[in-house]
Amino acid sequence: MRRPAIIPSIPLVAAMLIAAAAATAPADDTLRLTGSGATFPFPLYSTWFKAYSGKNKAVTVDYQGKGSGAGIQDFINHTVDFAASDAAMTDEQIAKVPGGVQLLPMTGGEIVIGYNLPGNPKGLKLPRDVYPAIFLGKITKWSDPKIKAANPGMTLPDLDITVVRRADASGTTFVFTSHLAAISEEWSKGPGSGTTVNWPKSDKMVASPKNDGVTATIKQTPGAIGYIEYAFAKFSKIEMAQLQNRAGQFVSAGGEGGPAALAGAQLPANLRAWVTDPDGARAYPIATYTWMLFYKENKDAKKAAALRQLVEFCLADGQKMATGLGYIPLPDNVIAAVRKASASIQ
Amino acid sequence: MSFPGIARRGDALGIDPLSERRSVSSAPTAWDYFADRAFRGLATVGVWLILLLLAYILWTIGGKAWIGMREYGVSFLTSTTWDVGRGQFGILPHIWGTLYSSMLALAIGGFFGVAMGIFLTQDFLPARIAQVFRTIIELLAAIPSVVYGLWGLFVVVPAMRPVANWLFEKLGWIPFFGSTLSGPGMAPAALVLAIMVLPTVAAVSQDAFRLIPYRVKEAAYGLGATRWEAILRVLLPAASTGIFGALVLGFGRALGETMALAMLIGNSNQISLSLFSPANTLAALLALNFPEAGAHEVQVLMYAALVLLAITLLVNVVGEAIMVVSAKRGGRR
Repeated sequence: MRRPAIIPSIPLVAAMLIAAAAATAPADDTLRLTGSGATFPFPLYSTWFKAYSGKNKAVTVDYQGKGSGAGIQDFINHTVDFAASDAAMTDEQIAKVPGGVQLLPMTGGEIVIGYNLPGNPKGLKLPRDVYPAIFLGKITKWSDPKIKAANPGMTLPDLDITVVRRADASGTTFVFTSHLAAISEEWSKGPGSGTTVNWPKSDKMVASPKNDGVTATIKQTPGAIGYIEYAFAKFSKIEMAQLQNRAGQFVSAGGEGGPAALAGAQLPANLRAWVTDPDGARAYPIATYTWMLFYKENKDAKKAAALRQLVEFCLADGQKMATGLGYIPLPDNVIAAVRKASASIQ
Repeated sequence: MSFPGIARRGDALGIDPLSERRSVSSAPTAWDYFADRAFRGLATVGVWLILLLLAYILWTIGGKAWIGMREYGVSFLTSTTWDVGRGQFGILPHIWGTLYSSMLALAIGGFFGVAMGIFLTQDFLPARIAQVFRTIIELLAAIPSVVYGLWGLFVVVPAMRPVANWLFEKLGWIPFFGSTLSGPGMAPAALVLAIMVLPTVAAVSQDAFRLIPYRVKEAAYGLGATRWEAILRVLLPAASTGIFGALVLGFGRALGETMALAMLIGNSNQISLSLFSPANTLAALLALNFPEAGAHEVQVLMYAALVLLAITLLVNVVGEAIMVVSAKRGGRR
């Protein structure tokens, strides 16, 4: 899951890595933490880690965004000091790590439904029964009476709806399909939820790799609709639909809807919770946490201390940077819970 | 390297070293024998290493694919559903998409590639300008796949859309034009792929034309053939083996192409004759699913990789066989 903001940061990060490698190679006075995993929070994480290393010169953090699945694999194989995942970790995966795993939600994100209609009408409203039907290929025309009924006053053309989805396995698809499965029985019995699902076969259903591929395809295809992360739609100026939440309200992404959605979720003791269909009148329906994964038992006490310090930095200073980059800052009660849980990184 | 040899040679045979040095040829020395043998040994080891490497790749992929092969067997090749959540895997749409897109690309790219081979070697252009053209065509090979993909998405698809939709309206009863083109699809993917195989086909077929002895052409003209008669009736058949090699190489290139296709083909697991429908390919399936694949899915993907390898191998072997047969026939003539 990549964001446009990543593009300038790749050379920067590469330069940082090279500089860090050059600096640490001869003398070992800098502590080096390595992590890998989710690409969705990568722009935010790299900003955090850069700021942290700037403040605390004795520690450098290398984070590689290779995908949640790959991050979990690295974590199980003990090739990293920490990992990050949009799908947390399953109990089965946690069982493979002797000593235990501490999951910490670090930030949140929203997934939006972007569309491309002639004339770029803003603020398309999509009711709860309509958007699952569009992605199931049941509603195939923009002039469908159900869409028209929800959008009086909007001129909707007699145009085929082209559904654009992710071609690669991704956390974005996981969150989006989990939401659809939660609100539509037909969806949960049909494609279901997962990082890839068996999409309906249709000539009007195309797939592109990565968030940027989907974004480009939506922009290039009149009549297209697709799901992407909020920041992608925001930075490439794609129109985003207002979605009807559980309370029946139409909410747009990017405002207070995201924090409202996350605040409604009750976090259990292991801090793993999915917000598949948030309550609350102001909650935006498709929002999610994303996690960092830590070993409860680290071999190096110095490393464990540095990791705890890093988490504290992300919670205290890091959350302020989230909104500007298109992420949802953690609600206060979650910050307190994460701070408490981070003590178990030993 | 040759100086010690020469000195020794002169001493041993009692001949004046100076006169020896003036001669181009001489009896091989012990050093020459040694160098020759060492080189031969090195070359043999190299060839065996390539074979070993191939065997090793097959062994590792096969080892990982084995469980998937046992579990899904032949039905993997004939079923059409890819559903990770429910553990159903089939790659028939991917095999179809791989072969269909490669053949379309080869039909377009092959035609233009061979045409360019003729154009650049048969004195249509002054030698210097032909060289400029040749360099430009070779430059096409240096463009990264991702750039082709983006170019296809932002230029080819929008340009093709009105044409495709017009064809669908007027000639929609022909299966090839059986749907409208919304965005990504077979036609833009095949067209971009054709441009990607063009440099390979053009370069190898140029070599094929250049290898024809000049007297063959002169003889054709001497018999009163016009330029086009000479090209089509004499030179093209004479170069056919090489051209065929070019096409096989181009086809192999098309089969394995990944990123541009992943961006342009639409990645929909369906089998359709329509040029404007989205489809999928094996290489795209592998590239897009590996990073997030679980342990079980990796085994299945390895099986798919093995199938792709087998298809490529089959194409090369068949191509080689046809070349051998046609070369024999050419010899008899």
